[in-house]
Amino acid sequence: MRLHLFEWKEALLISLSAIRANKARSFLTMLGIVIGICSVALMATAINGIDKAFVNGVSALGADNLYIDKYAWFSNEDFFLMRNRKNLTMDQFEHFQKLAKLPLAVAPSILTMHKVIHENNYVEGTLMTGTTDSYLRTTNFNFARGRFFTALESNGARNVAVLGSELAAHLFEHQDPLSQEVKIDGIPFRVVGVLEKQGSNMLGNFNPDNQVYMPIGAVFKHFRRSRDTVTIVVRAPSTEMIPATTEEARGLMRRVRGLLYNEKDNFSINTQEGLTTEYNKVVGVIKLVGLFITGLSLLVGAIGIMNIMFVSVKERTREIGIRKAIGAKKRTILGQFLTEAAIICLIGGLVGLLLAVLLSMVINKFLPTSVQMDTVVLAVFISLLTGIVSGLAPAWTAAKMNPVEALRYE
Amino acid sequence: MSIINLENISKVYQVGSEDVHALDGVSLKIDRNEYVAIMGPSGSGKSTLMNILGCLDTPTSGTYDLKGTDVSDMSDNELAEVRNREIGFVFQTFNLLPRATSFHNVELPLIYAGIGASRRRELAETALTSVGLKERMLHKPNELSGGQRQRVAVARALVIGPSIILADEPTGNLDSKTGEDIMSLFQEIYMQGNTIILVTHEEYIANHAKRVIRLLDGKIASDELVANPTVPQREK
Repeated sequence: MRLHLFEWKEALLISLSAIRANKARSFLTMLGIVIGICSVALMATAINGIDKAFVNGVSALGADNLYIDKYAWFSNEDFFLMRNRKNLTMDQFEHFQKLAKLPLAVAPSILTMHKVIHENNYVEGTLMTGTTDSYLRTTNFNFARGRFFTALESNGARNVAVLGSELAAHLFEHQDPLSQEVKIDGIPFRVVGVLEKQGSNMLGNFNPDNQVYMPIGAVFKHFRRSRDTVTIVVRAPSTEMIPATTEEARGLMRRVRGLLYNEKDNFSINTQEGLTTEYNKVVGVIKLVGLFITGLSLLVGAIGIMNIMFVSVKERTREIGIRKAIGAKKRTILGQFLTEAAIICLIGGLVGLLLAVLLSMVINKFLPTSVQMDTVVLAVFISLLTGIVSGLAPAWTAAKMNPVEALRYE
Repeated sequence: MSIINLENISKVYQVGSEDVHALDGVSLKIDRNEYVAIMGPSGSGKSTLMNILGCLDTPTSGTYDLKGTDVSDMSDNELAEVRNREIGFVFQTFNLLPRATSFHNVELPLIYAGIGASRRRELAETALTSVGLKERMLHKPNELSGGQRQRVAVARALVIGPSIILADEPTGNLDSKTGEDIMSLFQEIYMQGNTIILVTHEEYIANHAKRVIRLLDGKIASDELVANPTVPQREK
């Protein structure tokens, strides 16, 4: 065992001196690994960020929610068949609300998009959710300022609004938005609350940070026709209770919609699970493709290492001959060149990782992310592995050299 | 008892479709503390013989007994171990590692032998002192003269206490005065009880040895004692 340790130390010293002796070459070779590891680490980090944003979004909206809707969100059902379904009305919602026993909370919701103005600031195409006060209990919202609208305001269809954090910051900059007035399509609304930042960029417009919440009565009064379809948000008491709650909701909705036993459902019950499945389907492919493509740059780096190691072995044929003549075994020579390749890759990997950490700080402005510990460990491991794999063939060439021929090599 | 015992050694190379007999049935005994020169024109097979004696190569047929062990059929790794322990090489072109100090060059065989750091230091220093290079221990080969480089190589050959010192044209790249200096170093080493095999094609170098073996066309042409060997005096 001691023997191995000496040889390894010797191999380490030789590798370092060989790397030092060919500074420019070692640097250029390392650069390939730096870029490879950096891009793989960044891709892994970005994927982490996207996942995190998505999970944030889903949990902000309430992970245990069902959405009873005219349309199925994710299905192969014919869109035109669904379009012919009757709209879900507020009467049906109220009927359903009275009958439902299992849900923690039930609320209607209708979406609409308008321009929001405060003084000189405005945001075009802001998504607004019209709902009732019970909507709050279907979400995990926290408030930075103020509160959600009350039952009184909801039932009275008052012009009050709750703003998402980013929207509020954009409209009010450094002012306190509470009790101030915003104009939505020219109609004045009083701000009663501002949400805390949810950080769910993946949801785009649906991100609560960019939305306005207002009483559904106000939406019908100013923006939408009362026959327009609403979505019923149902919060199951727990994740385990989702199937039971779904079953109850289906039965009740068939009653509310007056369906006969042989008629098909003319509504759909959507779950977050459907959203998650769909997300994984789409993003999963993007992840794989992304990692594969960035992996290619690492492969190019590895080929660079292999190439330079072959050159190094060729150049040092005589040295290999000398070492063999004075008693170096195959494994000693093999170890020497493997160590050299591994060190080049390890240094390259560490530099690449450092670069990735710095760049991820920039990415952090767009995605809630940072380089994770497992990414660091993985990147170090992969760079070592790259070194060993790409160094193997050149090192083996060196190890099996005939000492007589190696000594004769000019 | 002879330290080297070659019996009917042949080495056949294939060049194209032809077999070339570099060595053709060579038998040879060398005793402990002999000073032998191997001579012969190029193509006579002296390099091949040296490679086999140095365990760098194995014979096609015949047996090579080194210190009572048959080394003619050993694997590459076993041969590496034999070279490490039993044979000290001195080459015409010195063959030092260019980026390593004298000390590290001399220490290298000890590393491969698995000897601990403090003992390595002791042995390498002793070897370098014995060739008169104690002060040049931390110099790299390109900071040394040709003669000094060859002395480092001699120190490296001696450091582990091998059974044979195998020198291949050790003065070939040196001027005659420095060459003479190296020959006197060999004389000293011989006097200390070492076995030296000198491969050369120069008569006056061969004359330093006590016995000269001449090769021709892969066979031993003559094997005789030197009547009046040159005994160089090292300048102090």
